[in-house]
Amino acid sequence: MSAASPVIERGTAASRIAAIAVALIIALLAIAPQFLSAGAVDRMTALFIYVILAAMWNALAGFGGLVSVGQQVFFGLGAYFSIRLADAGLNPFVALFVSAIVVGAVSWPISLFMLRLRNGEFAIGMWVIAALTHLLVNLDRLVQGETGTSLISLNVYDASTRRVAIYWLALASMTALLAVLFGLLRGSTGAAIRAIRDNEDAAASVGVRVTGTKRLLFVLAAFGIGIAGALWLATSITFQPKTYFSVQWTAYMIFMVLVGGIGTFEGAILGALLFFLIETWFGGAGVWYLIGLGATALAFSLLLPRGLWGTLEERFGLRLLPVGYSVRIPVNATLTTGETASPAQTTTSREKA
Amino acid sequence: MTNQIVQGILLGGYYALIACGLSFMFSVMRIINLAHGSLAVLSAFALWLLASRFHISPFLGLLIVLPLMAAIGWALQRFLLERSARGGALLPILTTFGLAIVIDNLLFEQFGADTRSLAPFIGSLSYDSWEWPGSIYVGKLAVIIFVTAVGLLGGLQLFLTRTGLGRAIRATSADPDTAGLVGIDARRANAVAASIAMVTVGLAGAFLGMRATFDPYAGAPQLLFAFEAAVIGGAGSLWGTLIGGIVLALAQTLGAQVHPQGFLIGGHVAFLIALFIRLSTSGLGLRGLLRLPAGKAS
Repeated sequence: MSAASPVIERGTAASRIAAIAVALIIALLAIAPQFLSAGAVDRMTALFIYVILAAMWNALAGFGGLVSVGQQVFFGLGAYFSIRLADAGLNPFVALFVSAIVVGAVSWPISLFMLRLRNGEFAIGMWVIAALTHLLVNLDRLVQGETGTSLISLNVYDASTRRVAIYWLALASMTALLAVLFGLLRGSTGAAIRAIRDNEDAAASVGVRVTGTKRLLFVLAAFGIGIAGALWLATSITFQPKTYFSVQWTAYMIFMVLVGGIGTFEGAILGALLFFLIETWFGGAGVWYLIGLGATALAFSLLLPRGLWGTLEERFGLRLLPVGYSVRIPVNATLTTGETASPAQTTTSREKA
Repeated sequence: MTNQIVQGILLGGYYALIACGLSFMFSVMRIINLAHGSLAVLSAFALWLLASRFHISPFLGLLIVLPLMAAIGWALQRFLLERSARGGALLPILTTFGLAIVIDNLLFEQFGADTRSLAPFIGSLSYDSWEWPGSIYVGKLAVIIFVTAVGLLGGLQLFLTRTGLGRAIRATSADPDTAGLVGIDARRANAVAASIAMVTVGLAGAFLGMRATFDPYAGAPQLLFAFEAAVIGGAGSLWGTLIGGIVLALAQTLGAQVHPQGFLIGGHVAFLIALFIRLSTSGLGLRGLLRLPAGKAS
C-alpha cells in the first residue's frame, strides 16, 4: 500500500544539479572582473541590477498579486537618498546601502495606505506616488530640479577600483536578495504568499495574514529596488530625477517578468537575462526598440501569460530552484487510474511555484 | 482670487471629460485602461494630422476621428481586454500598459519629440474670451469644454438609465452571467461600452490639443489626471466625476499659488487626501469607489 501512496518532494535531481550550478556561477562571476574588460564589467553590473529589479517586481506582482506601475519611485529614492547621505558626509559606498534601508523604511507608511487599494487602483495609485515623489525631489535645492547633480564623493576612488567595487556590490546584493526571497518563499511565509497569489479571499479564510504578508513583500521589493537605484547611481554617477523616476524602469520590470514568467522564481532571472541580451543587441535601435519591448510585453500577456519559464515548467515539470512542493504518484498508482505511466509523472495538483 | 476659482472650475470640466471614459470603463468592465491617456493623445495627433496636412478644422475632424475612436474601442475590447480579462484581474493592467508603451513610442516615431497644439487651427477661439462681471475674463474655449463635459456626462447618464442598450450595459456590469440568462449579449454590451468610452477619450484628446500643447509622451500625465479626478469624485453618479475634476483643478490652482512648481503637486496631494478620507471613513475599502454610473443607477 505504501508503494502506491503519493510521494511529496521538494528537490528534484535537476534542482540539486541546479543548486551546485548556481554556486559555481556565483563563484565564477565573483572572479570574473579579473578577465573582463572594463566595458564588460559595467555591462555585467547592469545585468545584476536588472535581475534585482525583475526579482523584486516579480515578488510583488507574481507572488503578492500587487501589480505596481510606480516602482520607479523606490528606484529614484534609492539614488536620491544616496546623494543626500553622501552629501551629509557618509562614505558613498556605505551611503548606497543606508539609502536602501531608508527606502525600505519609507515604503512602510506608504504600504499602510496603498495596500488597501486593489488591482488597477493600486497600480495607478503607485504611479501617482511616483509622480508626486519625483516633483518633491525636484524641489530639493541639492538636486537643482531637472538639472540634477552627481555622486561626486565617489570620484575619490580611481575608476578601475570603483568599477570593480560596484560590480562586487551589485553581485553581492543580487545574490543576497535572491537568497532572501528564495528563503522566504520556501518557508512558511512562502506558503502564505502562494496562497494569497492563488486566491486572496480563500487564503484569508484559512487564517493567512494577507495584509501582513503583502506588506512584507512590498517593503522587501522597495528595499531591493532602492538598492538597485543606488547601484545604478554608483555606476552612472549623475543623478537626474527625470531619468530615475521614469516609468520606463517599471516598463522594463514588467517586460522582464512577463517574458520570463510571472510568479516563478526562475522566470524573473531568465527574463532579466533576455532583457539584457535584447538591450545589448537592439538597444541602439532607439524608439523601435521601445516599441518592440511594449509589443512583446503585450503579446506575452495575451498569448503566453505564464511567460517562458512558466510554460516550460508546466510542460516539462522542470524545476531548478523549487520553492514549492511536488506530488509524485508512483507507477502502479497511476496505472490503476488508467493513465500512461511514467515514473516521474507529476500530477496537476503540483504547486505552480 | 475669484478669477482663479472660475478658471479652476472650468479646467475641472476638462478633467471630468478625460476621467469619464476611464471611470465608465472601470464601472462596466472592472478594467482600468492604462492606455487611456495615450489614446487621448493619439486622437489629438490624428486631429493635428488632419488639420495640418488636409486643412480640416479640428471640429470637423472630430467627425472622422470619433468614429475611428469608437472602432478602436470596439477592437480594444474584442481583441485585447476580453482576452486578457480571462487571465484574471492583473493581466489587463499589464496588457494595457504594454499598449500604452507601443502607442507612445509609435507616435514618437511618427511625429518626433516636438510639442504640438491644435490651437493654430481653431482661429481666434483659442484666445477669445468673455468678460464677466468683476472683470473676470473667461476663455470661450474653456467654457465650451466645460459645457461639453456637462452635456456628455448628462447624456451618458440618460443613455444608461433610459435606453435599452444602456440598461443592458448596466446589467452586464452588475452581473454578466445573470444578464446573459435574460438574453443580454454581454460581449456586445462590453464592446459598445468600450466604444463609448473611447469616443469620450477622443473628445478629451481634441480638447487637450486645443487648450494646451501635447507631445507623444503626454499620455501618462493625462491618465493620472483622469484617474485622480475619477477617484476624488468617487462613488455616486457620473456627476461625481465632474466634482472630482473640479476639485482636482482647484487643488492644482491652489498649489500653483503656494509654490511656482506646486501645480501638479497640489493635484496629487488632493488625490491622496481624498483617498485617505475615503479609506478611513468607509470600511468597504475602495472596491465601490470607482463604480460610477452602475452603482448609482441601480
